[in-house]
Amino acid sequence: MPNTDSSVKLNRRKFLAAAAVAGAAGAVDPARAATTGTSEAQARLPSAIPPNARVAIAETDVPDVPPYSGEGRPASDFMVDVIKTVDIKYAPANPASSYRALHESLIDYGGNTMPEYLTCMHEESGVGIAHGYYKIAGKPLLTLCHGTVGLQHATMAVYNAFCDRVPVIMINGNDLDAAYRPPGVPTIHSAQDINAIIRDFTKWDDTPVSAQAFAQSFVRAYKIATTPPCAPVALSLDDGLAQGPVRDFGQPLYIPEYVPEAPPQGDSSAVREAARLLANAEHPVIVADRAINTQKGMELLVELAEVLQAPVVRQRARLNFPTTHYLSRPESVIRQADVILGLELSDYWATVNSFTDNNAQGVGTNQRRVKPGTKLISISASGLITKSNYQNFERFQSVDVPISGDVEATLPALIEAVKSAIPADRKTAIAKRGEAVRADHEKGRDATKQMAAIAWEASPISTARMVMELYGQIKDLDWSLVAQSGNVSGWPLRLWPMEKYYKWTGTSGGYGVGYGLPASVGGALANRDEGRFSVSIQSDGDLMYAPGALWTAARHKIPLLAVMHNNRGYHQEVMHVQRLANFRDRPANKGSDLGPIGTSIMNPDIEYHKLAESVGWWAKGPIKDPAELGPAIKEAVAVVKSGQPALLNVWTQPR
Amino acid sequence: MRKISSHIVGATLAAGLLAIPTAGIAASAENGRTAFIQHGCWECHGFEGQGSTATSGGKVIADTKLPLDAFTSFVRNTNGAMPSFSAKVVPDAELADIYAYLQSRPQPKPAKDIALLSEVP
Repeated sequence: MPNTDSSVKLNRRKFLAAAAVAGAAGAVDPARAATTGTSEAQARLPSAIPPNARVAIAETDVPDVPPYSGEGRPASDFMVDVIKTVDIKYAPANPASSYRALHESLIDYGGNTMPEYLTCMHEESGVGIAHGYYKIAGKPLLTLCHGTVGLQHATMAVYNAFCDRVPVIMINGNDLDAAYRPPGVPTIHSAQDINAIIRDFTKWDDTPVSAQAFAQSFVRAYKIATTPPCAPVALSLDDGLAQGPVRDFGQPLYIPEYVPEAPPQGDSSAVREAARLLANAEHPVIVADRAINTQKGMELLVELAEVLQAPVVRQRARLNFPTTHYLSRPESVIRQADVILGLELSDYWATVNSFTDNNAQGVGTNQRRVKPGTKLISISASGLITKSNYQNFERFQSVDVPISGDVEATLPALIEAVKSAIPADRKTAIAKRGEAVRADHEKGRDATKQMAAIAWEASPISTARMVMELYGQIKDLDWSLVAQSGNVSGWPLRLWPMEKYYKWTGTSGGYGVGYGLPASVGGALANRDEGRFSVSIQSDGDLMYAPGALWTAARHKIPLLAVMHNNRGYHQEVMHVQRLANFRDRPANKGSDLGPIGTSIMNPDIEYHKLAESVGWWAKGPIKDPAELGPAIKEAVAVVKSGQPALLNVWTQPR
Repeated sequence: MRKISSHIVGATLAAGLLAIPTAGIAASAENGRTAFIQHGCWECHGFEGQGSTATSGGKVIADTKLPLDAFTSFVRNTNGAMPSFSAKVVPDAELADIYAYLQSRPQPKPAKDIALLSEVP
C-alpha cells in the first residue's frame, strides 16, 4: 500500500534515546553555570559551538523516509503516492494510452481510491464533472486526458471552468522521446507542448521531466489551482517517464507538503473608502455574481446587506444570497442606486450599461443604466489572472474604488469598516430604507407568482409550470439544483426558496453549451456524499453534445433527477437567425421546422427518454400534457431516492 | 335585437373571427396562430404570448391592451430589443390575424387559486 506520509521525519525513538545519552555530555549544566568560579568563566569559548546530539543526528543519520525510491519501482507508482497526499476523491476521465502507466498505478497500486477512477466517454465530460463537483464540494477533482486528441475534446470544458474560476487538476499524457516512442498512433498523438492548446485558459501548466519534479509540480499545481482566483491547471506527463522505473539520482525522493495559501484580501484603505461611500449612500445596491462559494460566505453577505439595509441583486454565476431574503431584489433597482458595490462581477460594464442588438451591422445601441454621479465599487480577484487572447474579461468599465481581492476573504473587514463608518444620525434612515425594500420584495413576489400563472395549462408545457411541478415534489427534501442548462426564464431562482449555497451552483462560466449534463453529474456526485437530493433542468441541445455522461452517472450509481427543458431547438440561435432575417427584411427559411433551418432539433424528434433508458437510467416521455407532469415527477423522485438516476423528457415552451 | 346581436357576436367568436373596429377587417384567431408561428413570433413570446424575462423583457403580449393600430405601428417601427417586421414579410391582414390570436388567449387564473404557486413561501 502506498505510504501517505509526505514529510521527511526523523526516527523519533532513535532521536529521543540519543538525546538522553548526549544530553548529559553536551548540555551545559545549569547548576554548574550558576556556581562556577572565575577561572572557568574566563576560559576561551570556541568560535563554533560543537553540535549537540540532536543536531548531530539530523545532519548525519539517514532519515527514516518512506521507500519512494527503490530498484525497478515504477515512477507512476510514486506519482500515485504524490496524488494521494492531497484530498482528491475522484478522477473522472476517458482512458488513453498516453497515460496508461499512471492509469494502471492508480487502479492497482493505488487501489482505485483517493482518487476513484470514474469512466467517462468524452474528455469534455471528465472536466465538466470536475467543474460541477467543485461547486458543491469545494474541492477539486483530477482528470486525465490523452494529450492531443483527448485534450482537444476537453478544451471547451476547460474554458468554462476557467471563466467560472473553478479549479480542475489536469494530467495530460504525452510521449516526448521521438527516438523511442512507438511509431504510428502514439507518435501522431504526441506533441512538443501539449498544454499549449489550453494555456490561454489555464492558470498554470508544467512539464515535469523527472519523478521528483513531478512531485514538486503536482503539489504546486494543486496549490495554484485552489488559491483564489481559482482556475484549472495542467501537467503534461511523459509516458516514458511514468512508465519507466523511478530514478532518484542518488537523492531520496520526497513529496512537498501542501499548505493552503491564504486568499488575497482587499487593501485596507480601499476597503475603508468603500465602507465610507456605502455608509453614507442614500440608495446603496449590492450586486453579486461569482462572489460566494461557501455557506459562511453567504452569511457574511447577508450580514453586510442587513447592516446597510441595501438591496442585493443576484447575478447568475452563483446563488450568492438567499432568494427569500427581503433584501433580494431584481436588476431594476440598479437604476436608483447612488452607490453600487459589485462583488466578483463577470461583466461590470453590462451591469451599469445596457446593449440592444438592434442594428443590422451588429453594432447595437448602448445606454447607461445608472444615474450620473453614481459611485461604483468593485471587489474582484479576476484581475489577478486576466489573460489576453480569450475575451472573457468583457468590456472595460471604470470604477471609483477598484479593490483586488477575494470577496469572501475581504467581506469581514468590509463589514467592520461599514459598521464603523455609519454615522449615528443615519441609522433611522437606513432602517426606513430596509422597510421600503421589504415592502417592494413582498409585492414583487406576488407579481412574480401571477406571471407564473400565465399559460399554466399550455402545451407545450410552460417553463413556470414545469419548474413548479418539480418543486412541488422535492420541496420536503434536502434538494440541490445542480445545473440549469438552457433558459427557463429564471423561474427556479424567482420562486424556489433557496437559503443555502448548494441550492443552486450557477451557470457554466464560459457559456459553452454542453456544460449542463456533466456538471449536473458532478454536482450530484458531491451531493451523494452529503445525502442530498440532486435535480437538474436539462436542455435538449446541451444533452446531445456528449450524452455519454448519462452512462457515467448510471455506471457509478450517481442519483440525479433530470427534468428536461425540451424546446426542440438551439433556441438562442433560433432567435439570432430570425433577427438577422428581420434586419434584412426577408422571411427566415424554416424548411419543414418551426425555427430557421439549422437551428431546430426536430424531424425527427429525439426520444431522450429512450436514450437515457438505453444507458441505465429510469426514464419517461415525451410529456406534453401539464396534468401528467406532477405524477411522473413523483414516480421519478422515488426512483432517484433508491439510487438510480432518472430522466423525464418534457416538451416545453421555448423560454 | 339585443339577443340577436349577442348570438351573432357569440357565433363570430366561436368561429375564431373577431371584428377589429379600427381595421374594419374580420380577423381570424385561428389563422393568427398559424401566422404567429410561421413568422417566428413564438420564438421570443412563447406559443401563448406569455413572454419571458429572457427574451421579451418579461412583456406579456397575450391579451394585449394595445389597440390594433398601435400594435401594428409598434411591430412595423420598433428599434428596440425586438426587431421590426415589415409589411413585405408580415402583411397587414396577417398581422391583424396575429392580433386576433393574442386577444383570444385565455386569462390566467389568480395565482392564489393555484396550489403550487400559493403554497410557495
